[in-house]
Amino acid sequence: MTQAGLYTLAASALAGIGVYGLLARRHLLRRILAVNLLGNAVFLLLVAFARRQPGYVDPVPHAMVLTGIVVAVSATAFALALARRYYAETGLDHLPEDEG
Amino acid sequence: MAELGALSLPLAFFLPLLTALAAFLLGARQAPWLAGIGALATVAAVADAVRRVAAHGPQAYHLGGWAPPLGVELYADGLAALMLAMTAAVALAVTAYAGAYLHGQGQAAERFWPLWLVQWAALNGTFLSADLFNLYVMLELVTLTAVPLVAMAGDRASLGAAMRYLLLALIASLAYLLGVALLYGGTGTLHLREVGELAGAGGPTAVAAALVTAGLLLKAAIFPLHAWLAPAHSSAPAPASAALSALVAQAGVYLVLRLWLWAFPALLSPVVGWGLGGLGAASVLYGSLQALRQSRLKPVIAYSTVAQLGYPLLLLPLAAVPAAASQAWQGAAYFIVAHGLAKAGAFLAAGNVYYSLGHDRLAGLRGLAPELSASVLALGLAWVSLMGLPPTAGFLAKWQLLSGALAGGQWPWAVVVVLGGLLAAGYGFRVLATAHAAAPPGGPVGRPARRLPWRMAATPLLLALAVYLLGVSAVPALRLLGQGAPEALG
Amino acid sequence: MMAAAYGLLPLAALLIAVATAAIVFALGDARRRQRTFWNLFGAGAKLVLVLVMAYGVLQGDTFEVAWPVLPGITLRLAADRLALLFAVLSAGLWLVTTVYAIAYLEGSGQRARFFGFFSLCVAATFGIALAGNPFTFLCFYELLTLATYPLVVHRGHPAALAAGRTYLIHTLGGGAALLAGTAALYAAVGEHPYTPGGMPAVAEWAAQAPAAATAVLGLLLGGVAVKAALFPLQGWLPAAMVAPAPVSALLHAVAVVKAGAFGVVRIVEDVYGHALAAELHVTPVLSALAAVTVVYGSVRALAQVDLKRRLAFSTVSQVSFITLGVAVGGQLALVGGLAHLIHQGLMKVTLFFCAGNYAETLGEHRIDALDGAGRRMPATSAAFTVAALGMMGAPPLAGFISKWYLGIGALGQGQGWVVGVLVASTLLNAAYFLPILRRLWLLSATRDWPARAGRAETHRGLLYPPLLTAAAVLLAGLLAAAPLSPLGWAVRIVEQGYPGL
Repeated sequence: MTQAGLYTLAASALAGIGVYGLLARRHLLRRILAVNLLGNAVFLLLVAFARRQPGYVDPVPHAMVLTGIVVAVSATAFALALARRYYAETGLDHLPEDEG
Repeated sequence: MAELGALSLPLAFFLPLLTALAAFLLGARQAPWLAGIGALATVAAVADAVRRVAAHGPQAYHLGGWAPPLGVELYADGLAALMLAMTAAVALAVTAYAGAYLHGQGQAAERFWPLWLVQWAALNGTFLSADLFNLYVMLELVTLTAVPLVAMAGDRASLGAAMRYLLLALIASLAYLLGVALLYGGTGTLHLREVGELAGAGGPTAVAAALVTAGLLLKAAIFPLHAWLAPAHSSAPAPASAALSALVAQAGVYLVLRLWLWAFPALLSPVVGWGLGGLGAASVLYGSLQALRQSRLKPVIAYSTVAQLGYPLLLLPLAAVPAAASQAWQGAAYFIVAHGLAKAGAFLAAGNVYYSLGHDRLAGLRGLAPELSASVLALGLAWVSLMGLPPTAGFLAKWQLLSGALAGGQWPWAVVVVLGGLLAAGYGFRVLATAHAAAPPGGPVGRPARRLPWRMAATPLLLALAVYLLGVSAVPALRLLGQGAPEALG
Repeated sequence: MMAAAYGLLPLAALLIAVATAAIVFALGDARRRQRTFWNLFGAGAKLVLVLVMAYGVLQGDTFEVAWPVLPGITLRLAADRLALLFAVLSAGLWLVTTVYAIAYLEGSGQRARFFGFFSLCVAATFGIALAGNPFTFLCFYELLTLATYPLVVHRGHPAALAAGRTYLIHTLGGGAALLAGTAALYAAVGEHPYTPGGMPAVAEWAAQAPAAATAVLGLLLGGVAVKAALFPLQGWLPAAMVAPAPVSALLHAVAVVKAGAFGVVRIVEDVYGHALAAELHVTPVLSALAAVTVVYGSVRALAQVDLKRRLAFSTVSQVSFITLGVAVGGQLALVGGLAHLIHQGLMKVTLFFCAGNYAETLGEHRIDALDGAGRRMPATSAAFTVAALGMMGAPPLAGFISKWYLGIGALGQGQGWVVGVLVASTLLNAAYFLPILRRLWLLSATRDWPARAGRAETHRGLLYPPLLTAAAVLLAGLLAAAPLSPLGWAVRIVEQGYPGL
């Protein structure tokens, strides 16, 4: 298996775990983590695209991944802060619409 | 190196961004006047950009002098110019209004200004980006400023709405990014027009287009991905609600049209067109029916947003029909402009009701205080445009959509347009009738009305009047729209 | 320069009414004298401009203002003879009704809102009258719906709100049909100005696609039939009588039902042309519906005990004479229908003014409470009597003239059954108006009414308008042969505009 193929496979597995987490878990922390996993899957896929032609590394996907990581870090930080604030205000660790 | 003249393009993005930075550093006391100056400067830049596009056709600017694919290109055609102009008008109103609305709310005001100004910059960036990855960054920036605005009230309802909005918007962004990654994998480019030329109509492109579209439809709250919008938009403070409904959600719809007409026209088969148009029609009908059932003013307006965001999608089934394309395209674009102005006016007027009475329950609006008559007038005037009745911009937009559907022989869309207008009249007059009702015996209930600062009374009225100004003639705006439009739509 | 300004008179007259509305809104409730001044100034100035235009059109001048609103679509105001027939009626009655409304409503709440929308209503009516193409007509027709709603619900009590809802459901539904019809017409043939005898492009289209042309004509007529209160779409009109008397005058005589009837004239005569509409089998249906409405309205009026409600059903019946005159065809019937547009307006505005006077001065709304009111309010009752006799069609009053032309016109077209409808209408009108006249004049008062405040029987602002309009009813009948009478104007319209009928 090529390196790119391996990355693609790993990306698919990560995405699968992420989607499962989003669908099956109600806890906000777990959901935020699931979104992160999904994001990492996309980044990994982009890295895989960078190595499709043997002997040549396309820099553009790498630049995209770097930017994407910066965006993901800030989004995660904000999501965590919002979840804490939500917990402090309501005492809930999940969204009320998700009950029952 | 691009000529210096097109400098107004980067300025439209960087001016609000720099103002946001300054407002953040200098704090809440200085923020309102700083924001005012920054807003006026941005409006001047936008006006120059619009003038250039109108006079000389599409404008481009390469940041730092680096041409694509390495550099970032800012690109403004007629559609982008129209969106920039509408955004500038709404943003000016929001800035003027928020200064008075947030006066005396120390911490809230401190948070509002930087968020709002970054949001404006990101919106302008969205309209100016010709690069799919750049669009992803702008979309994230819009989301990360929109969610804290929703959460600003800090109560149970707004925090829950914000949390839900954030999770869904992040998923939507990732779906979009995954689609972009697949497109890059297939074509080796991120440039909007080059993707359109290279992608073709194969299976991988279709998967990529589906992912991108799903992400954008979620951000635009199109049925059945609409559930997050009403709680989020109705629990934000009024100036933020106006910006979210008039600009943020509409940016999603704008991008759906932009991508399908520029990047994926080859994929726009009748089945796909009818599918997307069907989702738009479902939004129109579902959002209207929900709006009819709300018992508070702001949720009525928020569900009306769900309904109104569906109309521009009706363009997609018509875009491939030569007899219908041009009119439907003009209708859809003008619709976004009309809806933006009218919806911002409606939300700001609702904000006045809330500010003055301390609530927005429809049952409590009977025998409305005379202090609010200008605001109710503004609400009524804006609603006429949402109903699509003359002499408003909303009417002209619907006329074009309707004419396109009829000329193309696709009468089901015409039925949706007419029915949607009647439903909008239904939920609109439900509100206006309570405002007309005589006071219950013993006078209006609740605390006495609070006086409105004149700026808050005037802003929604001016926005509403702008819709009538655009209702006098759509010809100048549509001429602008023609600059750089795809040939099939000209 | 002067010549250019002269040509812009239609726009000036429209803007005067809009500006009056804006000023009145901005003045607020408290500034009574200024509001009264601007109301009367606006109404007076507009009447003058309309009369100048009428004179100009007689001299052969043309007035046209047009600007593009969308690619290939223009908003066009053009003053032809037919347009001015309606414009003079609405401008003249606006002035009279404004005087009446000031006296009637100055004591109530939300006056700025009321008079502001009142002015907007008249602006919309003027736009309907001068609309030069179907798109322009549609714009002002919808605007009229919007501007009237706040007047219908003015009192704000639950009954008024319910009436407002009924009004909106009917008129917005009609507006939607008109919108769909107009858009379909434009999609099929593009934009053309109104053409007496029908647009040639429509005739070509109808030759190729008769089914589509018939469906579109049905949508267009269905849309205007709502405001024209044609059976079975008349439900809003009796419901809306909960509004104050000046609003009823506006709905029944000056603006709303007239806008519908005028729309029927424009669509049948100037869009499709009567010959084409007859060929598509639409005019027989239209005349049958109009005949049914005439009889139905009268029969329902018989059963009403509330004076304004009886008058409202009477409007349903009488307005359909205009539609009937258009649908029957032929020059004479059309003359009758057009003359009735004016005559019915004058008679019905008088009747509603009088009903308002009884309500405002005596506090009476029911017919059986008016016994002996003729002695307490002789002038009002005299005006009422003239208008009621006119409605019945008693010679030499205005109503007789229109019915006479309708009757001989129908006979000329070989449609003798219309005469039967006219006779039935006259008998039914007599059956519901004569008992009122008997109560007013012949029975003696059984109730204690408030004594006269001054020498006049009621506020002068309430008294003079009905006397003026009653005099007009009398003169329109007596001087019908004069060239500038409503009948004379209708004859000019038909002889020069529709020679082929």
